Amino acid sequence: MNNVLGDKRAIFVLLGPALLVYSLVMLVPMLWSLGYTFFTGSVITGFEWTGFDNFTELVQDPAVRDALVFTLKYAVVITVGQVAAGYSLSLLYVFFLRKASGLIRTLVFFPVVLPTVAVALLFQKFFEYAPQTGPVNSLLEAVGLHGVDWFGTPATAFWVLALMDIWRSMGFYAVLLYAGLVDIPDELLESARLDGAAGWRLVRSIVLPLSLPVLISSIIFSINGTLKVFDSIYALTGGGPGSGTTPLTLLMYRTSFFYGDYGYGSTIAFALTILCLAVTVFIFRANKRDLTQG
Amino acid sequence: MNTIVKHRRTLLAGVAGMSALTLMLAACSGSSSDGSSEGSGDGASNLNFLAINENETIPTTLTTLSENECKAQNEAQPLKISTQAQSTLDQQLQLLAGQGALPQVFISANAPTLNAQLAEQGSLQDVGEALDTLGISDDILPAATSVIENLYDGQQLVLPTELNIEGIWYNKQLLADNGIEVPTTWDELVDAFATLKAAGVQPVSQAGKGGDGWGVTRWVGNYIARDLGPDALKAVRDGEAKLTDPEYVAAADAIADLGANGYFGDSPTSIDYSTALNTFLTGGSGFIYMGSWAVSAFNDPEQNKIGEDNIGFMQFPEVTGGAGSADQMPANVGTALAISAKGFADDTATQDWVRCIADNYGTVALRDSGQVTGFAVTGDVEVSPLSQLVQDQIAAVDTSILWFEAYFSAEATTTSQNDGGLLASGQLSGEDFMTQVQSNLD
Repeated sequence: MNNVLGDKRAIFVLLGPALLVYSLVMLVPMLWSLGYTFFTGSVITGFEWTGFDNFTELVQDPAVRDALVFTLKYAVVITVGQVAAGYSLSLLYVFFLRKASGLIRTLVFFPVVLPTVAVALLFQKFFEYAPQTGPVNSLLEAVGLHGVDWFGTPATAFWVLALMDIWRSMGFYAVLLYAGLVDIPDELLESARLDGAAGWRLVRSIVLPLSLPVLISSIIFSINGTLKVFDSIYALTGGGPGSGTTPLTLLMYRTSFFYGDYGYGSTIAFALTILCLAVTVFIFRANKRDLTQG
Repeated sequence: MNTIVKHRRTLLAGVAGMSALTLMLAACSGSSSDGSSEGSGDGASNLNFLAINENETIPTTLTTLSENECKAQNEAQPLKISTQAQSTLDQQLQLLAGQGALPQVFISANAPTLNAQLAEQGSLQDVGEALDTLGISDDILPAATSVIENLYDGQQLVLPTELNIEGIWYNKQLLADNGIEVPTTWDELVDAFATLKAAGVQPVSQAGKGGDGWGVTRWVGNYIARDLGPDALKAVRDGEAKLTDPEYVAAADAIADLGANGYFGDSPTSIDYSTALNTFLTGGSGFIYMGSWAVSAFNDPEQNKIGEDNIGFMQFPEVTGGAGSADQMPANVGTALAISAKGFADDTATQDWVRCIADNYGTVALRDSGQVTGFAVTGDVEVSPLSQLVQDQIAAVDTSILWFEAYFSAEATTTSQNDGGLLASGQLSGEDFMTQVQSNLD
């Protein structure tokens, strides 16, 4: 094995095809897209060199500012929601349900495998206000409250969106974090219990520090996914009402493919890439310290 | 010896790896299912037609033609229909045009600006020139030609498979029950809305969900035309006026007021086109603004529960003291057909198809679907009273006007139609609405 891995030609043969495919499908389009940021136009109208005009427009564009604010708000709320829900569920699996958690894990995981469009239609019907009254509004009216036009204002539409996305993804994070929790040695937990740690104290002092690496991974995974959210918003609200629930991805999609401005669309995509990178680096740097070392 | 074997093995592994990669890339690449080039000229084996899911009349009529009047053309070049969601049609057309792969015939882009760009780039056949070449210019009604040329700066870029007038349709029974005369002015119309609302009847059914907000923005555009005259939106296009000018904002405010009073129903932002139409056709509202394309739904007893005879039509009313007149009729060619320049140029089979469509489409669409088109009709075709009403109105059109977004960019159109629902629910003021749209036009 050492002979093979010491041979540069063998390394090239083994890695070359994968590297070539990766370059073709990932690096080239990324560089191509970066190149577009210096142009305006489309394949129909032709491309025109504009230098840094797209970046200037990006900074001044109120639509980008609104989409950025929405994206960050969405990313924070959904990340907190789905990681917290997932972590709570994983604690439930490990410390309460134990070996009987299989069925619950499957049921909670089930929404993850459902198609986004199907889930969005389900939630549209649940929260329907007009012309029919959905189950949620029927329930509100049954207890003497007024029905709410959930998709009528950006604020209420956002919370339906948040609920839907947390519901459909918390099972995934529960399983991910469960894998981290079962790695904690039983002896360590037992000795902590003998020392008098129980309940929240046990979680805070032992479980949380030991599961922190997988928790950090989950947060990075979640925040990157939520910054790039597209399908669930497109299916549930279409970015509306108005542009009230339009994230950067949807703005980028519309700018490139509906408005036919590939250059500015690529600039929005580039800004999103930088944002994802910055958030990831920030989280990594903020958690360099190994909490298990005291 | 060992070195040679090692080299051969390395070489073999390299060749195997590259072969696998080639196979993977080949598997990933697309291929035409029937081996024919999509929409190319030079004697394509099929007449490829890109339709949209939302319109069944055009594919049905073309299929009927292929089986009857255009049977010979279909034998020479069989009709092959593929479909696309209307919301992603423009994107698909851009993609296909960029690859030089537009089908010979396709539903024209939603945004007129895209059709103009495709023509400028050389992808779209100038239909006027094509009809002249084939010697069949008389197959298109002058009224349709006028609307198309109005839209495309004198060019005739599409075939008018629809010729629509737009206006306000009303439920005769509901108006009679509430003692309302058919309004002739804007003030009378607003009074009628107030009467219906007070009686517990939803005055207007109009969609405002997502892009379906165009139903609401039609009200804005028509109010502008009645108040400021038929060329008011052309002035915005030419930079002589802005939507944020007070007289334009007044129009949007008038519609926002209707929304604030709840005249568009409980939640226009939740209502799509089908639901809005269904509300009117089941007696849930007194009025609906709609184009004559809806007559096929009005004529369908499955959809129309209030009865064909119970539906009346009124022109968008005049605004007191306004420069426009109610006779200036909003008109359009609705869902139109476009022809690719490449597919038409050197392919006589496609040209024969275009000739046959132009000769027969109007008659077949009117006979089988009650659809009024911009094609000339040959012979007598029995039509429903509402279709007849539309034909009479079209015949009487002296000046036609275009819709609110007709001259807008795709971006301004999207903003306008997405914000239409908020205007109809009273959440957006007229000024905010106009400011947002104008910012996309600047």
